[in-house]
Amino acid sequence: MTYLSKTMILVAGLALAACTNPDRFEDQNNVNLNGTGLSGSASDPTSPAYFQQAIGDRVLFAVDQSTLSPEAQAVLDGQAGWLMTNRDFTATIEGHADEQGTREYNLALGARRANSVQEYLISRGVAANRLRTVSYGKERPIEICSNEACYAKNRRAVTVLAAGLGS
Amino acid sequence: MRSLLTLLAALTLWAVPATAQTQGGPLRLELTEGVIEPLPFAVPDLVAESTQASDFATRIARVIAQDLSGTGLFREIPAEAHIGRITSFDSPVEFADWRAINAQALVTGSVSVDGAGRLVVKFRIHDVFAGQELGRGQQLVGDADGWRRIAHKVADQVYSRITGEGGYFDSRVVFVSESGPKDQRAKRLAIMDYDGANLRYLTDAATIVLAPRFSPTGDRVLYTSYETGFPRIYLLDVANVGRRVLPTIDGTMSFAPRFSPDGRTVVYSLTQNGNTDLYTMDIASGASTRLTTAPSIETAPSYSPDGSRIVFESDRSGTPQLYIMDARGGEAQRISFGQGRYGTPVWSPRGDLIAFTKQAKGRFHIGVMRLDGSEERLLTASFLDEGPTWAPNGRVIMFTRETQGAQGEARLYSVDITGRNLKQVPTTGGASDPAWSPLQD
Repeated sequence: MTYLSKTMILVAGLALAACTNPDRFEDQNNVNLNGTGLSGSASDPTSPAYFQQAIGDRVLFAVDQSTLSPEAQAVLDGQAGWLMTNRDFTATIEGHADEQGTREYNLALGARRANSVQEYLISRGVAANRLRTVSYGKERPIEICSNEACYAKNRRAVTVLAAGLGS
Repeated sequence: MRSLLTLLAALTLWAVPATAQTQGGPLRLELTEGVIEPLPFAVPDLVAESTQASDFATRIARVIAQDLSGTGLFREIPAEAHIGRITSFDSPVEFADWRAINAQALVTGSVSVDGAGRLVVKFRIHDVFAGQELGRGQQLVGDADGWRRIAHKVADQVYSRITGEGGYFDSRVVFVSESGPKDQRAKRLAIMDYDGANLRYLTDAATIVLAPRFSPTGDRVLYTSYETGFPRIYLLDVANVGRRVLPTIDGTMSFAPRFSPDGRTVVYSLTQNGNTDLYTMDIASGASTRLTTAPSIETAPSYSPDGSRIVFESDRSGTPQLYIMDARGGEAQRISFGQGRYGTPVWSPRGDLIAFTKQAKGRFHIGVMRLDGSEERLLTASFLDEGPTWAPNGRVIMFTRETQGAQGEARLYSVDITGRNLKQVPTTGGASDPAWSPLQD
């Protein structure tokens, strides 16, 4: 177990240098999910890559809303199950908004979205001390066009895994 | 024969009720586009009292002229059209020469360098058609590298004596300098003179910074930074760029900080368990007090100039709207009732108006309204305008305008409260979240 933790920290360190995902920001413990196998293969169900690609690391929201759709709940059920199985990971839930709104309101709106996800995961059995939230408001869109197709993808909450036990 | 008083009368026109029509529905509002004839003025080069001083004779006159012309209220008569020549500061002015070119105001001055190497600028303002000085001559002394500030102070005096209102040229703007693509935008805190000169960066681009605000004396700045990975409030000393993070509760986000008028308290938003409310913090002790306890979002607070009330944004009604409450908390009165969403209210330095961002029918506007929500007037319209800040005299508003699409970029604009004189503020590269300083001492 000790050995595994050390391995994960090493992986996180390596991944930082290769980090290219725009969702990954500022967090020193991010695990690279885009990389070249550092975080495992998507066919390995214990890998962060599997979490991102097979389960889905994000849920989307309607305009101004922070309620979880049935589709979102299904994704989060998968996330909760994975987190219950893979207990060496913690997660930061990043809430985001589209650009149609003022900066500070959108920060608060993103926080509401991240909190909806956190509460849902806790209700599905994930320990609260393994989860934390942050909002980026409209500061970090993943799509940059100015129409609903992009806005819909930007109104999101992304569950970002990090190696290490919860505090 | 138009006198200088004409301009004063025109300046007060905005106070006439806007073209608001009540048609049995919600209040409908239209931009007011009152046109006034700018007042013609002349600023010949200052008289240089020495060779050293001659470097500044033209430059100071140019900045004075740019300040005045930039308001849209004055029109410069260029030097090529001048008939009269000012060769001595103390000789009587030949008013006929200036009447002949229809200059209504004339600014004359001299510049010398004193024993300590400081600039000494004397100036007079003349009412050309009355053939007399407007007020008395004045003298300003300052370091040579502060020559622009001296020019701004002269222009503030001219503006103030002719309009009867305070000036705003000797002021600064703190803002967020932006670079890079929309999905990886780098942001740095920067400060500059109100006209874009003397740009200086206050932070590096290592982390997201948002929405700076000046202290009432302009020497400190509050802002939000992701330095720790989470939004927290920082207090920065403008002179030495030292900064410290303000205390907060673990596991929360804090943002949207603004100073109280006495500079001792911060009102801000704190988000805990997804819910955002307003708090105040005593800066010296770090002790916070909760002002609102609603499940809705409460943010973007702004103190009244006397510190007794706070205007803020809340979605407690279902959409973001503006509310005013006592500065110690308690029940709030809603003041925005038009169609659309209202945000970022900012109390004017005169205390009589609230500037705000409005979002309606897919467009953003900067607007102003009375404290009871009446006489709402929209000053701008675009894909995305937001975040108004007031000039020290309450006449002009600066804000962020962001263009649409993948190549979209934020820039600073200013507009006066009549809706006239909309223009871009010069910045190198993208810029957002401006906050205007008070007039400097």
